[in-house]
Amino acid sequence: MKEFRDRKVLAGLLRSIGRRAEQASPPVRMMEVCGTHTMTIHRFGLQPLLEKAGVIMTSGPGCPVCITPDAYHEAAIGLMAGRPDTILATFGDMTRVPTRQGSLQTAIPASGSRLKIVYSPQEALEMARQNPSREVVFFGVGFETTIPSIALTVKQAAREHLSNFSVLSALWIIPPPLRAILESGEVRLRGFLYPGHVSAIIGLRPYAFVPEEFGLAGAVAGFEPADVLLAVSSVLDQIIRQKPVVANEYSRVVREEGNPRALALMEEILELKDAHWRGLGLIPRSGLKIRDLFGAWDAEKKHRLKLDPGSSELPGCRCGEVLRGVLAPPLCGLFGRKCRPESPLGPCMVSLEGACLVYYKYSQP
Amino acid sequence: MCLAVPAKIVSLDESRQGEVDYLGTRVKANFAFLEEAKPGDWVIVHAGFAISRMDEEEAQETLSLLRELASAQDT
Amino acid sequence: MSPPLSPEQPARISLELGSGGRLMREFLHRHILASFRSPLLRDLPDAVHLEAGIAFTTDAYVVDPLFFPGGDIGRLAVNGTVNDLVVSGARPQFLSLSLILEEGLPLADLKRILASIRSAAAAAGVEVVTGDTKVVRRGQADKVFIVTSGVGKILAKPAPAKVKPGDAVIVTGNLGEHSLAVLLARGDFSLSAKVKSDCAPLRFLLPLWKQGALWMRDITRGGLATILSELAERLPYSVLIEEENIPLSRPVRGAAELLGVDPLYLACEGRAVLVVSAKKAKAAIRSLRRHPQGRRATVIGRVENKVGKPGELLLATLAGGLRRLEPLTSELLPRIC
Repeated sequence: MKEFRDRKVLAGLLRSIGRRAEQASPPVRMMEVCGTHTMTIHRFGLQPLLEKAGVIMTSGPGCPVCITPDAYHEAAIGLMAGRPDTILATFGDMTRVPTRQGSLQTAIPASGSRLKIVYSPQEALEMARQNPSREVVFFGVGFETTIPSIALTVKQAAREHLSNFSVLSALWIIPPPLRAILESGEVRLRGFLYPGHVSAIIGLRPYAFVPEEFGLAGAVAGFEPADVLLAVSSVLDQIIRQKPVVANEYSRVVREEGNPRALALMEEILELKDAHWRGLGLIPRSGLKIRDLFGAWDAEKKHRLKLDPGSSELPGCRCGEVLRGVLAPPLCGLFGRKCRPESPLGPCMVSLEGACLVYYKYSQP
Repeated sequence: MCLAVPAKIVSLDESRQGEVDYLGTRVKANFAFLEEAKPGDWVIVHAGFAISRMDEEEAQETLSLLRELASAQDT
Repeated sequence: MSPPLSPEQPARISLELGSGGRLMREFLHRHILASFRSPLLRDLPDAVHLEAGIAFTTDAYVVDPLFFPGGDIGRLAVNGTVNDLVVSGARPQFLSLSLILEEGLPLADLKRILASIRSAAAAAGVEVVTGDTKVVRRGQADKVFIVTSGVGKILAKPAPAKVKPGDAVIVTGNLGEHSLAVLLARGDFSLSAKVKSDCAPLRFLLPLWKQGALWMRDITRGGLATILSELAERLPYSVLIEEENIPLSRPVRGAAELLGVDPLYLACEGRAVLVVSAKKAKAAIRSLRRHPQGRRATVIGRVENKVGKPGELLLATLAGGLRRLEPLTSELLPRIC
């Protein structure tokens, strides 16, 4: 598999991208949706190489920690206040997102081990099993890659009649913000790189509206540098031939139909809801919530949490614009100055998939 | 935990729990979403769950394409 | 709820201040250096050169867990201090040993640690000659904390001012093994790997001070990228390292990728990075590789004046790209996707 990082292979791919871009009226601007793609592009120093070849990559909203509004964190902080026996379990990045009330890490006192970092919702479930006298709330955030595992965890909790476990869910689906971005016309894109592992779950069909309604090219990409370049190449091909489709350039992992078992489980446990995205506002049918049937494991219902949709970011934070693709992180006035990894002013500088942190860590000389 | 790399299944029990191996590191994984997966298969694991099985043929095709590109001459 | 404090003026010590990154350095400058006037302290040396040819250093050890594959807190406490002396140009001779013990610590654990200290000291050629023992109430310390100070005889003075373009950057072996061994031993992750700490004395580097070495540091907290960027910052040149030359063992490569951590930022406890003058680099590698601890010694890069800007640490990536490496700023957290 080392061919996917081989210098000669990548040089060959870049050359062919250069030749194609010339025929497509360069510079060709594309959006890589997924934060992990942004990471690959910058970690391997591909951004300037692609620019030289005539392709400009813009990062998109594919960072679930980034697009979750502060309202969720504030609800979690509110829940934990005055509840010394409750454990809040969540993914690492989530604990450091700064809000007007502080981050989970600073706002929830460490004594009594009340805030736990987990790598899988299963760990949170296990915590509930092992600590029957304590309430465990799993703050679950993710796109379709993570959503099936959260859904399965809810199903297991229900089957076991666990009375001390619930999920505060911030579940987002990828296709609707793409539509919102295209409809807003704010960024002039000529193609998309679709997320690799989200697509492993949802397949190719949910993206069909992009070529069909908007005439835009796109390709599903894997996460090795060669995967990204293959997908860029495919998008250029579609532009040249004026035949936009949803190409699958990650065919070793992504099937057209996605993962039917995962999709069926999501359908069983969850249903669509309208959701507020950081930076993108209210997008209809863009989030998922736990069905009423499983309401006893829905932390919002169980603990009567109120999510204030109007809650806003820290002053000056422009994460929303970064997520919409209209602002490249280095152009934010706070970037690298007041907003740095050790003192972040927004989630894009916290999450390992956040565009700002990626740009900062993998800075160009 | 997001593994953006394919790992090999080393063990799998009837409850669909098992372990995968990546360059000698072992990770526990739940295979509820991959009915057909069996030891020896390569899978993508995310947040403790295997979400997709790697298709050997497709992988080989992509690899051949990449090898061609490595040796292609610039015209 | 009171609003969050401005990040520039934290009222309480946070964990990040101890992680070895930029926040810690700022903290040291603002609070520690500001309290003490000795000119010897100005550059925050790990080991200081005193008159009468003596080098002096100190370090505290708070590793968790106490015992991990490849070592324990005792072995760390000896080698960490020994290594600070070696990389400052001194032959380590004597150690002091202060133990802070938590009430309830099993005596068997303490005996194991002491035995470890004894054998590590013997292997490193140093004697433990003085020390102290304190016991605090249960809950007021985490099992064992150790402080060791070391003195040694100055053999050479590091000369970063003599570093020139073309000089070689060498690492003595595989990176990241100590950090990963400790991380995995904590059982925080549902993954397991055969990784052993690289904790070891670096005495075998002493001859290099007379064989072209201009500067050395042991690759501890913050990892190679942090240590090297601290050097680069002081130079009127840039430092360029090649990603494909970085020595990494297979298990570290795998575990790091899985955890989403960058091996360039993982601490070691028995590896060093050296700058050796260009003409002497080949011989230095041969000399290092003759020693069992230096078998994987590699030239990973060079001091540059044609790429990047003065003070920058640059990485030539596997893909043929170039990027700047920043010092570690805060704790590494595995990702969610």
